[in-house]
Amino acid sequence: MKTFVGIDLGSTTTKAVLLDENSQVIGRGITNSRSNYATAARVASEEAHVDGRFTLFRRALNAGGGQSDELDTFLAALERAFRLEQFLEQLDDLEATCRGQVKGDRFAGLESGVQEAIGVVFTNLRGEAPELYAPGAKRKSDFFRDIAGSRYHTQAEEVARQAKLPYDLLLNVYDKSIIEVENRPPAGELSEKFHRALARVLAIDSVVRTGSTDVPQTIVDTLGIGLDETYLVGTGYGRVTLPFSKEHIRSEILCHGLGAHMMYPNTRTVLDIGGQDTKGIQVDENGIVANFQMNDRCAAGCGRYLGYIADEMNMGLHELGPLAMKSDRPARINSTCTVFAGAELRDRLSLGEKREDILAGLHRAIILRAISIISRSGGVTNEFTFTGGVAKNEAAVRELRKLIKENYGEVTININPESIYTGALGAAEFARRVYEGGAKMEHAS
Amino acid sequence: MTATQIVTPKTAAKDVEKDVSMRKQKTMMAAHYDRITSAPETGKKICCTFVPGNLNELIMCFDLLNNLPEVNAIQSGLRRASGNFILEAEKIGHSEDVCTYVKSDIGMAAKGNIAPNGKKFPDPDVLLLSYTGCFTFMKWFELLREQYKCETIMLHTPYMGDGKITPNMIQYMVKQLKEEVIPKLERISGVKFDIDRLREYLKNSVKAEDNLVRVLQTAKSKPSPIDAYFGGIYYIGPIFGAFRGTQDAIDYYRFLREEVEERLAAGQGPVTPDGDMGEEKYRLVVEGPPNYTNFRQFWKMFYDEGAVVVASSYTKVGGVYDFGFRHDPDNPLETLAEYCLGVYTNRSLPMRIDMLTNYVNEYEADGLLINSIKSCNSFSAGQLLIMREVEKRTGKPAAFIESDLVDPRYFSAANIKNRLESYFQMVEQKRAGSRAAA
Repeated sequence: MKTFVGIDLGSTTTKAVLLDENSQVIGRGITNSRSNYATAARVASEEAHVDGRFTLFRRALNAGGGQSDELDTFLAALERAFRLEQFLEQLDDLEATCRGQVKGDRFAGLESGVQEAIGVVFTNLRGEAPELYAPGAKRKSDFFRDIAGSRYHTQAEEVARQAKLPYDLLLNVYDKSIIEVENRPPAGELSEKFHRALARVLAIDSVVRTGSTDVPQTIVDTLGIGLDETYLVGTGYGRVTLPFSKEHIRSEILCHGLGAHMMYPNTRTVLDIGGQDTKGIQVDENGIVANFQMNDRCAAGCGRYLGYIADEMNMGLHELGPLAMKSDRPARINSTCTVFAGAELRDRLSLGEKREDILAGLHRAIILRAISIISRSGGVTNEFTFTGGVAKNEAAVRELRKLIKENYGEVTININPESIYTGALGAAEFARRVYEGGAKMEHAS
Repeated sequence: MTATQIVTPKTAAKDVEKDVSMRKQKTMMAAHYDRITSAPETGKKICCTFVPGNLNELIMCFDLLNNLPEVNAIQSGLRRASGNFILEAEKIGHSEDVCTYVKSDIGMAAKGNIAPNGKKFPDPDVLLLSYTGCFTFMKWFELLREQYKCETIMLHTPYMGDGKITPNMIQYMVKQLKEEVIPKLERISGVKFDIDRLREYLKNSVKAEDNLVRVLQTAKSKPSPIDAYFGGIYYIGPIFGAFRGTQDAIDYYRFLREEVEERLAAGQGPVTPDGDMGEEKYRLVVEGPPNYTNFRQFWKMFYDEGAVVVASSYTKVGGVYDFGFRHDPDNPLETLAEYCLGVYTNRSLPMRIDMLTNYVNEYEADGLLINSIKSCNSFSAGQLLIMREVEKRTGKPAAFIESDLVDPRYFSAANIKNRLESYFQMVEQKRAGSRAAA
């Protein structure tokens, strides 16, 4: 079948969306941008293809009229098994890379000991991997670097202690290897991993037939459907470094506008707060950008600002919003300069102000900046769609709602749970339209 | 997955291509700088003045050499020297927000005041402020007066707040010319004012002005044979600088007109530093000054995308000829007053909106692009408002970018390119939208 890929290369994460010919989203994929956009683009795209397979499985299985909750359980198990297969494959790569790093003066006389220790660490990692993907298991992140990293550190510390080897030698080989592994485009055929995952599920799960559907056969048949990458469009800050030719590149402003329009066709104003930029965009009834403004010279008030504040407070990024929500007396923070905000934060903490009040003030400062950008782009016209990573932050959303109401009255505010994919969605739709336009031109000639 | 296509970077930059007129102008400018720097030997006196509403014809009547600090700052920007000059001025105590022309000039003086020809600029004998719409000009000359301990003459130009020039305004300015400006210039230069000499210079001005207007208006054709912003900046150099009223200017503009008309007849587009521009894809009107520190890179962002500027307000910064104004030798002092009053930034916001709207319509542009300069209030105040109004009246999309005149720290190439590309794609999309609707 024909598919259309949109890739949004952000400063922090890279997103991909896979559309079918009817502009329906088949799959979404995300990965960290890891300062290697070419790999990030491939990984995100592959993730979207994986997600796309599940959409096709679901479509095929639902067509068979099976019990939906049974199917959901089965598909969830299949996904966990697939992720496990993927994880194991990357572990193998990581192990081989780590082993290759055991060389040089540092390891003199200890090579065989370190090699043996690496072997033990990876045997343990493989052994515990199924637990990571067991039903109900919580993972801190879905990125290989985060999952493998935290488990490797724990295992290596223990193994080094028992083998009486310096722990830093094991850390050293990991640190040298993980970037290499991450920057290597994913190896291995997706469909092979799916087959292995299916076998894994069938070995423990008896649900093979529901309604009139032969589940395993449906999965195998669906895997046979080729997902042709008919056309691809890239966007986002990293687009200039993309290995795509010019006709495959669109500005992220246009992509965000179109993406927001596809999610909410009545959207007229879009605010996107990403890692390093804030965009205020006005779109018309067709999702075409009519005007835009974005931050210039300074990325204060963007996602990175929150990341910096989280580091300063020794908190996780996702913990900031909930804590700020506890405030009933937000502090008045005037400085939106990221670095100054850190200074202001320490100053206020030392004066005894509550963390939640300071955080609430910082969230308000971000949104005030965004409101200024929106107003310069032409204000807010119903409906208003908020996208980007910061749209997931409830405290930021609360301040935004307040300020929009104060400045523009009652306005419908849309926030999509998949809003991080807005740019990639727009890019995919551009890809589809380019193809459609091309096809039409062929008819005309 | 199908493999993605790898695109290798373009080949290394070639030598800059120039029109013959550009080379001719370069020679003129070099000769002028030589005249200025050799003043201590020739005994000539120097008058510093500003580009908007400059009174070159009058200055020449007193055998004074016109040295324009703004033009020197632009030269420093183009030669990538302004960055250090600005740092020098900041060291002296000028804040980050001060106009960067001022800081480049002050810093250049602090660093030995070396002209583009490598010789030292002589100190000015008089500072003539003939346009006061830019408040910074006044402060600038206040600083220079302190530095050079020379005389200052101020001709106050009333603002065109009501959108028109009244007889009172002209009388007020002529009175200042007669009672203040001319007597002082006579005393400083030691040359008696001769109104017939002024008339002769003004006759010369008109000849050059007619040809300049013709050149700028060729951009109404499709494709436009000129870029009326990046190329236009070269075209306005002599007339807004020290050449208006001279035979040199007459020759230059006649030559330029012939050159441009040849391109027009041949159906050619503008000449860019990379040679002939490719297909004209977008026609833009640009408001605001350009960036000079990355001038070529900035221009390239346009011509690489097939964008040509067909009209710009910046090429009217010295004086506006669009509505028929020409220097009038029959009313020499009145015409000087009218010239100063008509300067682009002396026009009210509604007048500027009208002008830009007309440009978009008359030059059949795809829209308006504003390059907003943070440290230039004369231009930047009200620009967002202007943008929205022009957008509303023309129905064409507008965009806003930000940079600086000669401070390299405020030129963020990735950011500007991002906005420009977005804008071009926006124009493209709008066209596709209207084609679909048609």
